[in-house]
Amino acid sequence: MSKPRIKLPESAKVGEVIEVKTLISHVMETGQRRDPDGKAIPRNIINTFTAAFAGTEVFKAELHPGISANPYLSFYMKVPGPGEFVFSWVDDDGKMIVEKQKLNVT
Amino acid sequence: MRRTVLSSRPSRREFAIGAAAAATLAALPLETVLAQDQTQPWEQAVRKILGDAKPIDGKITVEMPEIAENGNTVPFTIAIDSPMTETDFVKAIHIVATANPQPGVATFRLTPLSGKAAVASRMRLQRTQDVITIAELSDGRFLMAKRAVKVTIGGCGG
Repeated sequence: MSKPRIKLPESAKVGEVIEVKTLISHVMETGQRRDPDGKAIPRNIINTFTAAFAGTEVFKAELHPGISANPYLSFYMKVPGPGEFVFSWVDDDGKMIVEKQKLNVT
Repeated sequence: MRRTVLSSRPSRREFAIGAAAAATLAALPLETVLAQDQTQPWEQAVRKILGDAKPIDGKITVEMPEIAENGNTVPFTIAIDSPMTETDFVKAIHIVATANPQPGVATFRLTPLSGKAAVASRMRLQRTQDVITIAELSDGRFLMAKRAVKVTIGGCGG
């Protein structure tokens, strides 16, 4: 996993529904593949993504091996007021990436 | 049964009863196993989501290419017509790929704060198949939609 990319609108009004786009690089190894020696490559995928805004969870994704490598996610939020997003990605190895981004609420 | 098992020297009659009971017990799981073999993994995945509920037709919009050239990355957008209020909202969107080695693709959990019941991502499809979308509503009902996708080069790296 590497530093994720987040796309939020430049600014938003209270009550406005905004689209949130996130992208992170990850191999999303399915566990179905074999290496050249015929040994099974162990599964390692991002299994959970969560997005919280101003301390409240607004969106969660439970991912399975059917999600492509470098998972892209898009979802929506109705802006409740000013606040900061906290995004987190957790993979099968227990690695966790947390990214915070403030939403410019006008 | 217990008496037969605990008895160190069962009589001929006890032994016969015990053996018959054991045969009946053994037969039951076998039948269950056979019944399970007849349902596809994707059917089991769908049943796990729905439980006993019967899905109804609803407004689910699934945007996916009709022909996916690369099954490793098939973009999709799913939207459900819902007011997304505190009392009437889409709780979850489940995606099942019927011919993938592991049919469950993802579950997206939404809240009234979502404002709009729509998600987008990219999925792997091993071969040409139907993709099932199930929306779980806050009142416990389910909506279901099926979409066929032709895959030129399969994903999943099997």
